[in-house]
Amino acid sequence: MAPSVHLTGRVVRVEPAGHRGVTIVSDVPLSARPGQFVMLWVPRMDEKPFSLVADSPLTLAVVPVGPVTGRLQRLQPGDPLYVRGPLGRGFSLDGKRPLLVAGGSGAAPLAFLASRLAETGREVTVALGARSADELLLVERYQAAGARLWITTEDGSAGERGLVVSVAERLLANGGCDRVYACGPVPMLERVAALCRLYGVPGEASYEAYMRCGIGVCGSCDRGDGLLVCRDGPVFGL
Amino acid sequence: MRDTDLSVELCGIRLRTPFVLAAGVLGTTAALLERVARRGAGAVTAKSCSVRPRRGHPNPTVLPWEGGLINAVGLANPGAAAMVGILADARRRLAPLGVPLIASVFAEEAGGFGEVVRILEEAEPDLYEVNISCPNVAEELGMPFAADPVQAARATAAVRAATRRPVIVKLSPNVADICAVGRAVVDAGADALAAINTLGPGMLIDIRARTPVLANRMGGLSGPAVRPVAVRCVYELSRAVPVPIIGMGGVTTGEDAVEMIMAGATAVGVGSAFYQRGMGALEAMAAEMRAFMQEQGFGCVSEMRGLAHGA
Repeated sequence: MAPSVHLTGRVVRVEPAGHRGVTIVSDVPLSARPGQFVMLWVPRMDEKPFSLVADSPLTLAVVPVGPVTGRLQRLQPGDPLYVRGPLGRGFSLDGKRPLLVAGGSGAAPLAFLASRLAETGREVTVALGARSADELLLVERYQAAGARLWITTEDGSAGERGLVVSVAERLLANGGCDRVYACGPVPMLERVAALCRLYGVPGEASYEAYMRCGIGVCGSCDRGDGLLVCRDGPVFGL
Repeated sequence: MRDTDLSVELCGIRLRTPFVLAAGVLGTTAALLERVARRGAGAVTAKSCSVRPRRGHPNPTVLPWEGGLINAVGLANPGAAAMVGILADARRRLAPLGVPLIASVFAEEAGGFGEVVRILEEAEPDLYEVNISCPNVAEELGMPFAADPVQAARATAAVRAATRRPVIVKLSPNVADICAVGRAVVDAGADALAAINTLGPGMLIDIRARTPVLANRMGGLSGPAVRPVAVRCVYELSRAVPVPIIGMGGVTTGEDAVEMIMAGATAVGVGSAFYQRGMGALEAMAAEMRAFMQEQGFGCVSEMRGLAHGA
């Protein structure tokens, strides 16, 4: 038997994610930690990293970025999916009273984490931000996990107007959080890291990078300090 | 018990360990080259570069399979001008560690090899590797120079004329007579050989998607599956040429490295093993090699060199 490089399965359901994205639920058998990712192969086109919204069944969020995500958004139930993974290091599950800070598509891996933490009885607080209401992702998944959810948008079209980091600061200042988990644009992660230092709370963040191999050999995803997002991360301590 | 000394000498340059980071693996940035140097490398090779930047092939470009890796990155690189900055930064970081830096070069035609080296001279790498053996760009660039002794010698001579630094030429296993190519490049001025580049090219097909998995369709094989081919090439070359050889191809453990040295290698290249063993690969291999040397009563690496050739 020739073992496949990629795990294969089929799309089971496609749900809207925000106004422009989709959540793809598949039947691909995969067991992963929140924060781990897969390389998703579109035959004859490309292979790119995607973080997981859930495992077993494998669930991905896709927002429109380029030709590959455009193709993925048109997937229908029954279409085949090809993935390599799970890859990388995920989040610790050490937070007893965790605060999750998600910006934009950073909502995807933290939705997985919120569910996993809630399953083990942790009270999960989430600051979920986006530029506008139509870019807010996976709100219903956070609600289903029973998270205390604080929504912000930069234009005020949903929730509180402002930056998600401001809400995170307020929640940290109130006390009661013992670990911060973040995912979003790098400037947001830098501000979250500064807050963690200020309030003396340990933090972890999931980074994004351009990747080729996903397995720690090609050197395409050096974070700038010689650490590889694909293998040393994508989750790093803040 | 005698102390074991893992250091070796290559082209008059002392390497703390016989392990050389192979080109194309983790050599894209100065920070990564420094990290590998700190984790046990005797020398490190930067990503192969050309005069102009290249985007390389679309993904998938590197895939694991049960025998190791298959890759067709397509010589993606930022171009020689940008590589000067990376190499100069790397050299500053490596100098205090005593780890020499190898700049790897390639070109579309033989004369172009000299042009890349002339640009990189500003960064003062310790050695050059002439990559005449990438199997993954045949559609664009034609057959690798390493397929033909005359072309291989031309590329080597172009580099030889452009620098006084030691020149290593990296050979392909995908030839009828690797020794003929080895002799030709040594006659053209190579100070050392590296053998082997990836084997093949090979192909993997996803039978459900009904298509080759690599975007380039075919790619070079590396990792444990190719090791016996690499060992044979090094064994033959060491009888055919009087220059040192960096033996590489599937070396994953310290004992694999000993095998390569007994075949005749002076130093040992490591690449795909970073997939199997992670960033600690070279430290683990050094410990394994030391344990073997103590068990067998060897004090230094050169005592083992070429032993498989017998008396």
